[in-house]
Amino acid sequence: MIIGLEHYLFISAILFSLGLFGVLTRRNAVSILMGIELILNAANLNFVAFSRFVTIGISGQLFAVFVIILAAAEAAVALAIILALYQNIKSVSVDEADAMKG
Amino acid sequence: MEGIIYKIVFYLFAVLTVGSALVVVTSRNIVHSAFALLFTFFGVAGLYVFLSADFLAATQVLIYVGGILVLILFGVMLTRKVFDVKIFSGAGQVFPAAVGVAVIFFLLATVIVKTPWHLVGERAMEPTTAEIGKLLMTDFLLPFEVASVVLLAALVGAVILIRKEVRPPKVD
Repeated sequence: MIIGLEHYLFISAILFSLGLFGVLTRRNAVSILMGIELILNAANLNFVAFSRFVTIGISGQLFAVFVIILAAAEAAVALAIILALYQNIKSVSVDEADAMKG
Repeated sequence: MEGIIYKIVFYLFAVLTVGSALVVVTSRNIVHSAFALLFTFFGVAGLYVFLSADFLAATQVLIYVGGILVLILFGVMLTRKVFDVKIFSGAGQVFPAAVGVAVIFFLLATVIVKTPWHLVGERAMEPTTAEIGKLLMTDFLLPFEVASVVLLAALVGAVILIRKEVRPPKVD
């Protein structure tokens, strides 16, 4: 069987599902961030695979470049928030960040 | 013969990516998760090479492995009590999450198998860096500039978020 579009889409779907599972089940904020990175990688893999097999140009790859840029910005801000959370409640467990819970 | 080696290497990268992603979400030790994430990123970079996206593969290694993963490791080490935190939610949350994720995965798999994709013919592998550079300076100039502003905003925002407020002593 020739390696085609579906192979990459399946890998991407598995990565997305695992990332979503991590985001839903982890309670450590840094672990949740790792799940989000997995999801972004899955989306990027899809962009590049479609750009290779379905379209003529390489604009899909450019879109992946922008996703990587935003992932970097998001990781920096998310870690700043996690550090601020740690300074305030001395914990990185998202279950304990419930100060605004009614 | 060449095709077989191609397939073996492809499946090697696929298993590396998926297997280490599995470790990322199931490991109880967060440092193990972070290092498994390293292998996931490398596996995805390898898959980019198979998709003839050489510039993206290099970018993946530089930014994800060199930047984001180091940031995450800093986050792990700066939050001191990180090893004491119970890392998983209770079983009452894990089971519904697993069911929901399984449903989503089967939905995606059905879409992938059932959709008649309109494929264009196989293209030869060629370097993409020059092409990406040209597109960034022509068709994608506005998104490129907006991305630079976003990065600046993220930089300033991150510093503002974690700075300590130091008041100068009052002068009578």
